[in-house]
Amino acid sequence: MGDLHVMRDDLRPPGPPPTRHLISIGDLSREDVERLLGTARTFERSLDREMKKLPTLRGRLVINVFYESSTRTSSSFELAAKRLSADTMSIKASGSAVDKGESLKDTAITLGAYDPDVIVLRHPQIGAPQLVAKVTSARIINAGDGKHQHPTQALLDLYTIQEQFGRIEGLHVAIVGDVLHSRVARSNIQALVLLGARVTLVGPPPLLPRGIEEMGCEVTTDIDAIGAADIVYVLRMQKERMLEGANYVPSLREYTARWGVTPERLRPGQKVMHPGPMNRGVEIDPLVADAADALIETQVRAGLVVRMAVLYDLLTTGPKPVEAEVPMGVA
Amino acid sequence: MLFVKDAPNENLIVRAARVLDPVEGLDNQVDVKVDNGVIAELGSNLPQNSHKVIDGTGLVLAPAFVDPHVHLRTPGREDEETISTGTRAAAAGGYCAILAMPNTEPVVDSAAVLGALVEQARADAEVQVGFLAAISKGQEGSELTEMGELADEGAVGFTDDGRPVVATSLMWRALQYASITDRPIAVHCEDPTLSRGGHMREGVVSAELGIGGWPSIAESVMVERDLALALYENRTLHLMHLSARASVEALRRAHADGVRATAEVTPHHLVLTDEAVRTLDPNVKMNPPLGAEDDRKALVEALRDGTLSCVATDHAPHARHEKEVPFEEAPFGVTGLETAFSSLYTHLVEPGLISLETLLERMSAGPARAYGLDAPKIAVGAPANAVLLDTQASWQVAEDGFKSRSKNSWLIGEKLSGRVRATIAAGRLVHES
Repeated sequence: MGDLHVMRDDLRPPGPPPTRHLISIGDLSREDVERLLGTARTFERSLDREMKKLPTLRGRLVINVFYESSTRTSSSFELAAKRLSADTMSIKASGSAVDKGESLKDTAITLGAYDPDVIVLRHPQIGAPQLVAKVTSARIINAGDGKHQHPTQALLDLYTIQEQFGRIEGLHVAIVGDVLHSRVARSNIQALVLLGARVTLVGPPPLLPRGIEEMGCEVTTDIDAIGAADIVYVLRMQKERMLEGANYVPSLREYTARWGVTPERLRPGQKVMHPGPMNRGVEIDPLVADAADALIETQVRAGLVVRMAVLYDLLTTGPKPVEAEVPMGVA
Repeated sequence: MLFVKDAPNENLIVRAARVLDPVEGLDNQVDVKVDNGVIAELGSNLPQNSHKVIDGTGLVLAPAFVDPHVHLRTPGREDEETISTGTRAAAAGGYCAILAMPNTEPVVDSAAVLGALVEQARADAEVQVGFLAAISKGQEGSELTEMGELADEGAVGFTDDGRPVVATSLMWRALQYASITDRPIAVHCEDPTLSRGGHMREGVVSAELGIGGWPSIAESVMVERDLALALYENRTLHLMHLSARASVEALRRAHADGVRATAEVTPHHLVLTDEAVRTLDPNVKMNPPLGAEDDRKALVEALRDGTLSCVATDHAPHARHEKEVPFEEAPFGVTGLETAFSSLYTHLVEPGLISLETLLERMSAGPARAYGLDAPKIAVGAPANAVLLDTQASWQVAEDGFKSRSKNSWLIGEKLSGRVRATIAAGRLVHES
């Protein structure tokens, strides 16, 4: 009865993002992801140069609109745009007309009047990027919408894994912790499954959403399952998203005792990732976070080049190889 | 108990329609003559005299519809709907009578508020309106309303709809006390401790989208509770807008145990599933939320076999700016008066899931019976309450075609089959297209 699902054209998830938006990993093909990772690698080489700025997006306007707090995502988008010579503006919910009760739609129309090429949006609710896409002509990059998606985080995680292991296909990734409230988990499950990795979710039963295995992953409550993984991806306990009195876990102490990622629970050589910010001593033992096998700082560095690649891909022709566009000599 | 504006009755002849009244056992091509608002004669080639003639050739004339669940938003949110616009929408949808919910501002919890509404309906209502009053004062779930006086003033039943009756003890007292009125208690079944933070049905789709889940058990455990109370007190109960297989199965078991409970289902729960939420369109957000395909199949089957005896639109108008926000920020509720018949004809009758006769019964006699109202019928001596349907018509739902003051329909842009061509309500021709 697929015809019963009302789908209106203006509300369908947008088409392939290289032409317009990046809202969900679900919008990308494997080919799109591989191209983006390749572009990021090219940019990474360019950052070794003394003059790090490229003229590629000169004259373009990128507006960062953040309705939720962010350090690494907002700073890396801003720097990525600047490294590509785009003009940038940053709007935060606090201190803007949002404080005065302006709706997202009206704020988007206002910003749209400056003809931005790209709006990077972080918002506490799913569907916010589609709403902004509907009322502006800018390309939209979703920098996190509620508990739904954070596609550039998943891309930078793929990039980190690819650089570390030389491949993604066939690797086993255990994602540990608060899956229920995590847009990072949802984007990463989709991205890893798309690239042929095996994904196992590990956590307390109430934080493993019913039906999540339909995304193509395995689900277990047993922390010992992380021992079989090549990579242990630790999620942040999102205390700020949890409903008071919901009893997802009896206490953080018990959570840490049962599901905390500690040196004792890891094999030598297992790589550990975390999207940040970390609650040290809650979901991740400080000894793990600071160990040589932790890729956490590498992830942050990957964030810059992957976001450069996404901006470049959206604003140029996409499938065209990056070398043709970027003058690698003088800039 | 039903109120409509005072207007002269009409003299009409509907010519040569297929007259279909499943309750009366009528299925004939005849003329129907209405004298002074009352059905006077059924026959062939009836003389016109001075009657207005409506050509029914190729059309179906059936008892007009009764909607047991409408939000008229009056008093308090007349920017979303008024008695005038809501009843014009009802007329366009083929309804001769609608029942309005009391979750207004202020709540319909006193004879004074109800009395003012009755006066307004007598001035403005195009079709008959019945008003439900609240179970608890302010719908706050602690003190019973003065049900005796509210019934005397014309309340057709009692409900805290929009909210569940959380305290089991209050629900128990309400069932006991309402027995002095002979008016049913109608319940919105939801355990708020289970549905809290939910914006769509918990399941595969909510897991993938990361939208807070409203589990089906939030409804079904309350259905089980209220059926147990109704059995214990041997009182009738009306269950509103059921959405889950488990709820329907509980009701079926209760019927077998002799519980006198009726129940309604909405067009959107019969047609859509939680897959529709992937569009993130706030016009597929309602309470209870859309269920899984398995729930939808159970609802269709229960409507067919009569476990669910009423189609209710749960017409819930919302201002445009309140729905033009991200999904989780949007209020629950969708409109439905003007599309109910067409959506169910298209998605249930045309594919052969239920018969036209069954649909007509569940949209008219079924809801009337649940509230102890006279069922509309095509019979000599009955008040003229009839709908003329074009089952061959195909049309596209458009925002600017609505008579409702709000446009938050889940069907905008959809192509539907079957259309209401005329509505005769309480002896007056109230809609023609």
